[in-house]
Amino acid sequence: MECVFGMVGKGFALVVADTSAVNSILVHKSNEDKIMVLDSHKLMGASGEAGDRAQFTEYVQKNVSLYQFRNNIPLTTKAAANFMRGELATALRKNPYMVNIVLAGYDKETGPSLYFIDYIATLHKVDKAAFGYGSYFSLAMMDRHYHPDMTVDEAIKLAEQCIEEIRSRLVVAPQNFVIKIVDKDGAREHSWRRTTKD
Amino acid sequence: MLLNFCLAPEGRRSPSLPPKCHCVVKAEDQSSNQKFKFIYKTLKPHRFRSAMARYDRAITVFSPDGHLFQVEYALEAVRKGNAAVGVRGADNIVLGVEKKSTVKLQDSRSVRKIVSLDDHIALACAGLKADARVLINRARIECQSHRLTVEDPVTVEYITRYIAGLQQKYTQSGGVRPFGLSTLIVGFDPYTGVPSLYQTDPSGTFSAWKANATGRNSNSMREFLEKNYKETSGQETIKLAIRALLEVVESGGKNIEVAVMTKEGLKQLEEGEIDAIVAEIEAEKAAAEAAKKAPVKQS
Repeated sequence: MECVFGMVGKGFALVVADTSAVNSILVHKSNEDKIMVLDSHKLMGASGEAGDRAQFTEYVQKNVSLYQFRNNIPLTTKAAANFMRGELATALRKNPYMVNIVLAGYDKETGPSLYFIDYIATLHKVDKAAFGYGSYFSLAMMDRHYHPDMTVDEAIKLAEQCIEEIRSRLVVAPQNFVIKIVDKDGAREHSWRRTTKD
Repeated sequence: MLLNFCLAPEGRRSPSLPPKCHCVVKAEDQSSNQKFKFIYKTLKPHRFRSAMARYDRAITVFSPDGHLFQVEYALEAVRKGNAAVGVRGADNIVLGVEKKSTVKLQDSRSVRKIVSLDDHIALACAGLKADARVLINRARIECQSHRLTVEDPVTVEYITRYIAGLQQKYTQSGGVRPFGLSTLIVGFDPYTGVPSLYQTDPSGTFSAWKANATGRNSNSMREFLEKNYKETSGQETIKLAIRALLEVVESGGKNIEVAVMTKEGLKQLEEGEIDAIVAEIEAEKAAAEAAKKAPVKQS
């Protein structure tokens, strides 16, 4: 029931994720932040097994930091995406991580980019991506209304429309969503869309 | 472990050795009066065994008067390395390192002597720079590993203890030599915000300092610091560090590399900035000299 989706706009990339932490029928909390800030200009929205998600995303984040200290230069989004895919692929035939990731990043040379990374180490560079049951609705909504080079406001409006669809059509819809954005000024939290206070 | 594989040099081989052998060559301590010792990889006749058996041990063995000569030689290597100084202020810590300006074609940006281990920790060293690379790499990994396992950044004391522990390990292992460098580690405690300066040396000891120097002419720098140290902050700390360095280094921005660690992070000073501060220091010195001469003249 975890919904993560993202899209690329003009000079920025957006990642939206639900914020519910669920265990079978119990909702532990409705303000769990599933979009990790990988470094100053990268966002990683992750969905899947909670333990694997935390383990894998933190592991990637520390390795990205280490690369930066060793080489005095940050990894590009493409390099980070390929590193993640490589780690998932190596673990796949032994002890797979059950994590799906939407990686959004901004590079000075290449601009904003979005990567879809599956738990079985599929890697695609895309303009819009979505995971989970919510993807049936958000992907359809984005297919209908997305166009290249959207402004931030247009993209936020589209994200809200997707959230509305998820809320109204998914049987056990998540309560709250968080929207994070990355552009030339860095990765940061944009806003929340709440139906319940936690 | 790095072992040199080579054919024994012709002239130095002991006459009892077989004509050609692949051997591992290591330096031996002077007290046993031998330039090289050979450890053979292939099977040898028994008579070689008994003569050489007592050398098949850790390289760092005690001498009869209780010294670890390899460690002391490593300290010699440090004494030949370039000068490095660290001064702790109330709100910052300043690291300064001597830069050799003789190389004209070298791209100086690729030779950074003051490196950051984490966002809040920096390191400067004196001695074998290649050894430094290895230590710095391990320290950087440890900083991230600590963050991963306990979700908290390292304290300066922790990472110093780690580096010192690593240096000590190499004084007590077989087949390796000690790291030939002393490090100056600075940083702010991530929880209390207190600045610290630590020093490690090849033996693996470490301690905290208010100000310290290592490398070439470190004794004169330390004497200067002992005479002139006082609690400072901000620009005053930078000036004190540069003044200490100028005692032993040719003056000029291109001969010194200076970095300041504040709560916000590490800032490497530009050559222009260093030149400006050096000029200030020279002006102050000149003024002090003039003030000293003036009353003598009047009397």
